[in-house]
Amino acid sequence: MTAVTERGETAVRIRATPEERRSTIVGGVLIALSLFMFWAFVFGVDPSLDSTFNLSLQTDRFQDLAWVVNARNLSALLGVAVFGLGIWRLSRSALNWTNRSLAIGFGLFSLSFLAWAAAGGQFSMVGMLRSTILLSVVVVLGALTGLMCERVGVINIGIEGQLLASAFAAVVLSSAYGTWVGLAGALLTGGLLGLLLAWLTIKFHVDQIIAGVVINVLALGLTSLMTARILSDVQSLNAPERISAIRIPVLADIPVIGPMLFEHNFFVYGMFVLLFAIHFGLFYTRWGLRSRSVGEHPKAADTAGINVYWVRYRNVVLGGIVAGFGGAFLGLAQVARFEENMTGGIGFIGLAAMIFGRWLPFGALGAGLVFGFSRAVQQKAAILNIGVPSEFLLMLPYIVVIIVVAGVVGKARPPAADGQPYIKQ
Amino acid sequence: MAESQLPPEAPPESQPPSDDQYPGMMDRVTGVGESLRRALLLPTLALLLALLVGAVIIMVTDVDAWRRMGDEPVAAIRDMLEGVWVAYRELFVGAFGSVRAISETLFTATPLILAGLAVAVGFRAGLFNIGARGQIFIGGLFALWVGLHVDLPLLLHVPLAVVAAIVGGGIWGGIAGLLKARTGAHEVITTIMLNFIAAFFVLWVLKTSIFQVEGSSIPKSAPIVESARLPTLFGDQYRVNIGIFLALGAVFFVYWLLFKSTLGFEFRAAGYSPGASLYAGMNVAFLYTAVMFISGGLAGMAGATQTLGLPPYTVTDNFAGTIGFDAIALALLGRSHPFGVLWSGLLFGALIAGGRTMQAAAGVSVDLVIVMQALIVIFIAAPELVRTIFGMKPTEEGPTQLTKGWGA
Repeated sequence: MTAVTERGETAVRIRATPEERRSTIVGGVLIALSLFMFWAFVFGVDPSLDSTFNLSLQTDRFQDLAWVVNARNLSALLGVAVFGLGIWRLSRSALNWTNRSLAIGFGLFSLSFLAWAAAGGQFSMVGMLRSTILLSVVVVLGALTGLMCERVGVINIGIEGQLLASAFAAVVLSSAYGTWVGLAGALLTGGLLGLLLAWLTIKFHVDQIIAGVVINVLALGLTSLMTARILSDVQSLNAPERISAIRIPVLADIPVIGPMLFEHNFFVYGMFVLLFAIHFGLFYTRWGLRSRSVGEHPKAADTAGINVYWVRYRNVVLGGIVAGFGGAFLGLAQVARFEENMTGGIGFIGLAAMIFGRWLPFGALGAGLVFGFSRAVQQKAAILNIGVPSEFLLMLPYIVVIIVVAGVVGKARPPAADGQPYIKQ
Repeated sequence: MAESQLPPEAPPESQPPSDDQYPGMMDRVTGVGESLRRALLLPTLALLLALLVGAVIIMVTDVDAWRRMGDEPVAAIRDMLEGVWVAYRELFVGAFGSVRAISETLFTATPLILAGLAVAVGFRAGLFNIGARGQIFIGGLFALWVGLHVDLPLLLHVPLAVVAAIVGGGIWGGIAGLLKARTGAHEVITTIMLNFIAAFFVLWVLKTSIFQVEGSSIPKSAPIVESARLPTLFGDQYRVNIGIFLALGAVFFVYWLLFKSTLGFEFRAAGYSPGASLYAGMNVAFLYTAVMFISGGLAGMAGATQTLGLPPYTVTDNFAGTIGFDAIALALLGRSHPFGVLWSGLLFGALIAGGRTMQAAAGVSVDLVIVMQALIVIFIAAPELVRTIFGMKPTEEGPTQLTKGWGA
């Protein structure tokens, strides 16, 4: 029997619950991970070598902070810790710690990997943490876009296209009329594509996933066409002013945390503001209650007097505006010019981050940081030249996504009416 | 007992049973069971509208004309219109205007038809295979390996390479099918992710000694041996090769599979209602894997025509191009019917082949064709929109829904 629901299993068989089995699986994974750590990072490193983790940037107030540690000793310590975590999981106690154990285990593994990679040399820990934040911004904003839409029951697979089109609008308008017009244009573009998605899916009942794919293809085609026909001719339209960082006084001087969190451009701060706003809005306001009820049971919401169509339109457009903000970050701050297909799939990673984050704003942040961290490690590893082909490290986030949606980190439940068209009787 | 038989896709009681509530909702997009006249009318109108919007886009993006707009607006607008005329004329000439043009159209259509069939088979079984790109990559790599490292006479070499491609693409598609069957992971997400993984894998593997010319560092393979190259039909100056017959054969095979075989019946049944299929005793988990294997195998064949049939027979890391996404549009345009896919594949082949001439002669980027494809899909998927535009009578139909949430 291959297709068995969780419900069916508990009803028919007397055996371990899925949560208990998952705990065992995670335990096995952690023990395998620790054994690999001993093989590669403990016995695979020269015992005399020290790793130097730099904890300050050259622009910081407090200079020359560093953590020097023997690579083999550190890895041995971390390996024992991961092994212990694995044993603890095998005991199947404290089941709500399964995912946290997995996260901690992979965190310790990463630290051990970095110690091994930096053995005998230096490594900018702060730089990596800082780029983790920067690389996760678009992913988190993409996930928030998806979340805004799916909480009201509309699947948005066109995040990628919304990001790409708004990045294009931001770059061109910012080059022509300045940063603020560029930002406004990006928000407008994202919102309009949200409106297109809402219009196609709500008014014409177009299959939501097909509508999303159309938005992606349309955005890719139009931006590539205009890049070839206009930007290649008028180069000045592809030269926006890069948005610079705003140093928050005092806070930015804190070692490690300062450069990591308080020395960014306003998009990064904006992402955190949006995060808190959406979390508060969804769970503590009337708007959020209505949105969630439309996503869970539109018919009941309609009966209670909520205008389902209006709530869906509003949230999908707002979601598009969030994507517009992400596109503007991409076009004005991260890259500061437009290139064909510059999003390169990051919208889909945002979508996966939304699922990984279980349709919760702070879950999206956590998932985004995981992807940002893996990208940052990949970039650093490419610089340290550790012998693993960079293509494999680039594959990693996508493999993680498959593992996530295959339910290895536990089943997440989407809003009940997600993907269902609603037709007023 | 009955509860344990529920498939993972069956919605819990709180959800409306979407399949029964709106009868025929699959049909609207996939075009199952409609009359020939209706099957032709909507795509024709969609194509016309797409050409019209395309004309507007050409005019709006005409930078030189806009520069003259202030001084001599009449001449500028005439320039724009002339730009549209020249672009569409070159599009037509590039698609049908000469023997070379027709050869190019058929050559371009070959992988499109195969990949379009891949998507159509998925649609018929209720699966949305966005992963044709990855399956083309992996299938193409398998064919390439056979083309580089096996020594056989032509009559055996080409078939072996194509079979290898089918296996490669089939495995890559089958992964997504297996994941859906075993864990409920949505095929849209997994196939997109597998696309990226395949693309990075190709980028890496083409730089290894398995495929590369010695001493080179760019991702480009050595030339494949002559006996594995798809023979051209009209001499080496025209690129069209026997791949077009492979595509034709695949069209008939898919027609037989879907409409004349038991397996195809089960595919379509699972597409309509996985719950009912399971209740009728079908192994839905096996069916999902089988559908994705066959779908991936067809896309893999498209990969083979890209690696074995593309002069100068050295393979670079972007041999899948945009075929994977073109395939979705043309499967929808062809209403997921193998013969419909054949015609829309030829149409898209003509558009893209003509688009290349248009780009060279009229300076309108071939990306316009991508935009037109997206527009065609919008118009096909939202027939009410087309009816409103042309002032046609609305029909009483339920909504179109192909996909069922995240299947979690």
